[in-house]
Amino acid sequence: MNLALKELRRRPGRFATATLIITLIAILLMFLGSLLDGLIRSSTGAIRAQDVDAIVYSSTAQASFPRSRLDVDVRMQVESLDGVTEVGGIGLVQLGARVPGNGPRDLANVALFGYEIAPKGVPEPPADGQAYADEVLEVDGVEEGMTILLGPARTPVEVIGFVSDTSFNGQGGLWTSEATWRSTLSENRPDAQLADGVWQALVVRGDAELAERIDAATDGATDSYTVADAVNAIPGVEEQQGTFNQIIGVTIAVALVVIGLFFALLTVERLSLYGVLKALGAKSLTIFGGLLVQAVVVTLIASTVAGILVILLDVVIPPGSIPIYVSAGSILSSAALLLLAAAVGCSFSLRRVLSVDPASAIGTTS
Amino acid sequence: MNALELSDVRKIYTMGDGSDVVALDHATLTVADDEIVALVGPSGSGKTTLCSIAGGILSATEGRIVVGGEDISDYGDKQLTKFRQEAVGFVFQSVNLVPFLNAKENLTVVDELGKRTGKAAQQRADQLLEELGLADRKKNLPGQLSGGQRQRVAIGRALMNDPKLVLFDEPTSALDTELGEQVMELIRTEMKQRGISAIVVTHDERITQFCDRSVNIIDGHLAA
Repeated sequence: MNLALKELRRRPGRFATATLIITLIAILLMFLGSLLDGLIRSSTGAIRAQDVDAIVYSSTAQASFPRSRLDVDVRMQVESLDGVTEVGGIGLVQLGARVPGNGPRDLANVALFGYEIAPKGVPEPPADGQAYADEVLEVDGVEEGMTILLGPARTPVEVIGFVSDTSFNGQGGLWTSEATWRSTLSENRPDAQLADGVWQALVVRGDAELAERIDAATDGATDSYTVADAVNAIPGVEEQQGTFNQIIGVTIAVALVVIGLFFALLTVERLSLYGVLKALGAKSLTIFGGLLVQAVVVTLIASTVAGILVILLDVVIPPGSIPIYVSAGSILSSAALLLLAAAVGCSFSLRRVLSVDPASAIGTTS
Repeated sequence: MNALELSDVRKIYTMGDGSDVVALDHATLTVADDEIVALVGPSGSGKTTLCSIAGGILSATEGRIVVGGEDISDYGDKQLTKFRQEAVGFVFQSVNLVPFLNAKENLTVVDELGKRTGKAAQQRADQLLEELGLADRKKNLPGQLSGGQRQRVAIGRALMNDPKLVLFDEPTSALDTELGEQVMELIRTEMKQRGISAIVVTHDERITQFCDRSVNIIDGHLAA
């Protein structure tokens, strides 16, 4: 191990190319991971914020708010279920908002929710005509005390405060009273307006495993989810995750091949040295351990540099321009995956190290 | 106790086409304590094979090998690795120092690969380098040393584990005549001072004058 570290310290040029390539791969991996986190975060915040045990849609809605309708009878069935302690309605309308000071076509995309049970981080429903806005809307120029105009009907809503991480489908959350939501919906989407008492979805507090029991109690009229399942059921979320995870997987595979090839070449280059070391009494595993240490150190350096660069990139990128969310967890998990790739890639050289004959140090033909 | 006893040692290589090549045929050789033996023969005669078997680098096909009283005839790979760490020293043909380690570290690497005695190894390396006239060169990398100095470092490395037997593989082949003679003089002096036996593999008859006796090897057969 000392030998491996000394070589790294004294011959850094030998490892520079590999370190550079792995750094670029690490940047790509961490950037993709942060982009995925940002996209998922901006798509699912409103659902993740629900502080409830079940989210209920109508059975044919496929977890889509606009497609879902739950009437008063269904609500009563849910409320009367054993173990249910609280039921609230929730509804959504996605609109473009005109922000004072912005151009007439410079609309802010908002997801306006009417709610009865306050999500995590969101106060109780405000007075009619008022809303709490997600802080991502600040990028669009939305300010506290400002009145923005929603949709083609230009329904006015006064922003009275900001909340965080409540976006939905990439649109900033706007949290209003039931009445404001209903009036905004009917004014801007008359085809989608709902009768009094009819909600798009219900949020339910109570016992665990409530979702299955609700669907059974409503005789199949509902499609209920835990919050975690509801997040994954949001249309497009799984597809986004799947696509990004495949890209990330391919990137890790590329890293594995790069590290494997680099250390395989390094091993070939050092076969005579390994022969000498074995003749002096080095075990194959000691030599391979040195290679592994070098692969891990090179990958750690590359990951550290990449992590710092991605954090700087996050600082430099104007907020809201790209849905990127850089977190320590994402960077550390990318680094851990790269370290795993380094170990696996490096292990391609194990067979070659094992096959080095100490006799090669002095030749066997004379 | 003899430093080396080879009795009826054979080494047969099986080639890719299934045929056998006898590299060493019923070789019997004894090297006494404090004795320096020149093993002389042309290229392909089997001298390096003999040297490798004596040093525990190769296993013999048949025969008995005893080094410093230790019978290594039936040793497996692990036992031979430990044997090499503790009982023999090597000086390779092209010196083969680790290029990114300085002179002292090229000596202590033997300890790192083996017993790991730490401070004792550091002291021994300092002492050996002092005795070999390299005290002021211990921080130098091999690339900063002359050919003769590199040979001396290689000799120091071979002596680090206090071996019973040191095997020199063509130690002067890469050196000019004058430097070659200096190196052989140094080998003789160092071995005799320490009372360590040595086998010097060579195809150069001129260096046999520095050895106590010569053994010729031709086509795998030893002739005194």
